[in-house]
Amino acid sequence: MPATPPPPGPADPRPETGYAGPGAAAGDAGRPAAGTDAAEQTGPDAAEQTGPDRRYAAPARWWRALDRHRPPGADAVADAWRSPVRGPWLTSVLGAVLLVTLPVVLVTGLLDWIAYGPRLDQAFPRGVGWLRPPAFDWPARPAWLFRLTQGLHVTLGIVLVPVVLAKLWSVLPKLFAWPPARSVAQVLERLSLLLLVGGILFETVTGLLNVQYAYLFGFDFYTAHWYGAWVFTAALVTHVVIKLPRMVAALRGPGFRRTPVARTGPEPADSDGLVARRPGPATMSRRGVLALTGGAAALLAALTVGQSLDGPLRRTALLLPRGRQPGDGPNGFPVNRTAAAAGIRPEETGQGWRLTLRAGGRTVDLDRSALLAMAQHTARLPISCVEGWSTSQVWTGVRLRDLATLVGAAERAVARVGSLERTGLFRQAALTAGQVRDPDSLLALRVNGVDLSPDHGFPARVIVPALPGVHCTKWVREITFAGVDGG
Amino acid sequence: MVELRRRYGAAPWHLLLLLGCFAVAGWIALRLAGEPTAGRMLLWFLGAVVVHDLVLFPAYALVDRALRATLARGRPSTGGPAARRSRRPSALNHVRVPALAAGLVFLVYLPGVLGLGDGTYSAATGLQPRPLLARWLALTGVLFAASAAVYVLRWLRQPGRGAGPAAGGPGPR
Repeated sequence: MPATPPPPGPADPRPETGYAGPGAAAGDAGRPAAGTDAAEQTGPDAAEQTGPDRRYAAPARWWRALDRHRPPGADAVADAWRSPVRGPWLTSVLGAVLLVTLPVVLVTGLLDWIAYGPRLDQAFPRGVGWLRPPAFDWPARPAWLFRLTQGLHVTLGIVLVPVVLAKLWSVLPKLFAWPPARSVAQVLERLSLLLLVGGILFETVTGLLNVQYAYLFGFDFYTAHWYGAWVFTAALVTHVVIKLPRMVAALRGPGFRRTPVARTGPEPADSDGLVARRPGPATMSRRGVLALTGGAAALLAALTVGQSLDGPLRRTALLLPRGRQPGDGPNGFPVNRTAAAAGIRPEETGQGWRLTLRAGGRTVDLDRSALLAMAQHTARLPISCVEGWSTSQVWTGVRLRDLATLVGAAERAVARVGSLERTGLFRQAALTAGQVRDPDSLLALRVNGVDLSPDHGFPARVIVPALPGVHCTKWVREITFAGVDGG
Repeated sequence: MVELRRRYGAAPWHLLLLLGCFAVAGWIALRLAGEPTAGRMLLWFLGAVVVHDLVLFPAYALVDRALRATLARGRPSTGGPAARRSRRPSALNHVRVPALAAGLVFLVYLPGVLGLGDGTYSAATGLQPRPLLARWLALTGVLFAASAAVYVLRWLRQPGRGAGPAAGGPGPR
């Protein structure tokens, strides 16, 4: 094999992909190969350009010297990229998919943070400074809202893994390209790509570990996942602004037409250096690569959505810890924290248990039979966990607003619910006035027609529509109605 | 402006945009610097890039290259005209596709498959973790079996079709 291969050009008899279509103007086959120093893209105006070009910026002497001092193996590496399907079109298609879908993951992540209640100072991480979305009181309607946002966040985050990996595969040659930069602009842009790639991988890895209970990383998940998301968002916005025009132009490339593998050839050499200098024969068409990526995403979707479904379909989440119903009976739905794990002793929940209601200096103590004697309300409500699983059950109990009225709480009072649990991040939770006043917000005593099991919060637990599961406090000991809600 | 462009290597907005990006990242770094686990976060952030770019990618690229070399042996050339004339369709993607799928599934559900979260899971839920490794192996077996079945079907339908479109399709998902 020659050390310095000829650039692929018109002399190459390799069949093309039928790229001589309407988008042929996007690149001409006679363009010099990547690595050749040529000041192409002499557009009408410099502002037309979508990024750094291939000329050396100041000090040109230094950048040229860097280019000439090729480390041993640089050429071998440049020639080692053989896939003929790598190129601006494939990268742009994958990029376009991520451009549409990743914002959904980001926004649903922020919504989950808001659902935790930053205005009640119970969103994690706390005290995030100016870098936060506008907070609002999380509504209690529709009841499936949190089930949807957190389910989308986790499921879509998992489903996009193959798309992200394929996108990275399509641009990896650039990581090893020489020279690494021809200008300060390129140095800065590559640094931002470190934040971009690091950001998406960090978010994916911490998220995947969190939903599978493997806290190997040894730092606080909420803090790391939150700030990692902002680093990624900043880098993503930067990347999109710089690359969007190039993506749009490249999408005019080979297109989605069916092209047999044998006739799949490389795109014309591009200014980004994505197209292989010495492409090998195709083993898969571009459509094949996209079908493989999409198929992999579909496989992950099939193995993940089950944890958000009830009934036999839950078991389709074959490899996730929440892809099972722990039992058969009315209490046989998933438990996030058992009574034993929470340190709840049986004697605390027996005959001696009292619910204490407080408001404006008044106190009301109720035992379980007194609660059962009050007006009972039944509602089918989902319980959803930030770890991505959810389940819908039929709950029966006393309306929270009836308890508020009983103790004479103000109309706009916030409820602070305390558990028998002495330790643990979620032994207490605050509810907005809107959540307290919702007709389906309950202090549940029964589920699916029977008493709550100890693991589901016997003698009484909170269940509020669209409230994150961890705030549906179990083993409730007291509810304090205080203050006036922010509005 | 033109002078800045020439010296910097891109338009001024490019510089402003990147400075904004680094300002956000820098502010976050400063904010996290006080955390006792800040070093670990940085390690995982950079480590994820290093592991993907310098371990995972070379690993799967080398495996793919080895696979192509192995399957090309005994065939005149993959995808070339001679291969298209040969009676046997290329098995490459029938190995590649299930292998990629199984590898991806392993990677994504790795904590569960290897039982890395079993302790936390049992403590929280009171349930015995299920043996997910066996499930992953079974799923892998199903993927390869399905791919092999499609391969056999293609092989059976091949004769008489000439240098047809069946050569080296992407195979099943």
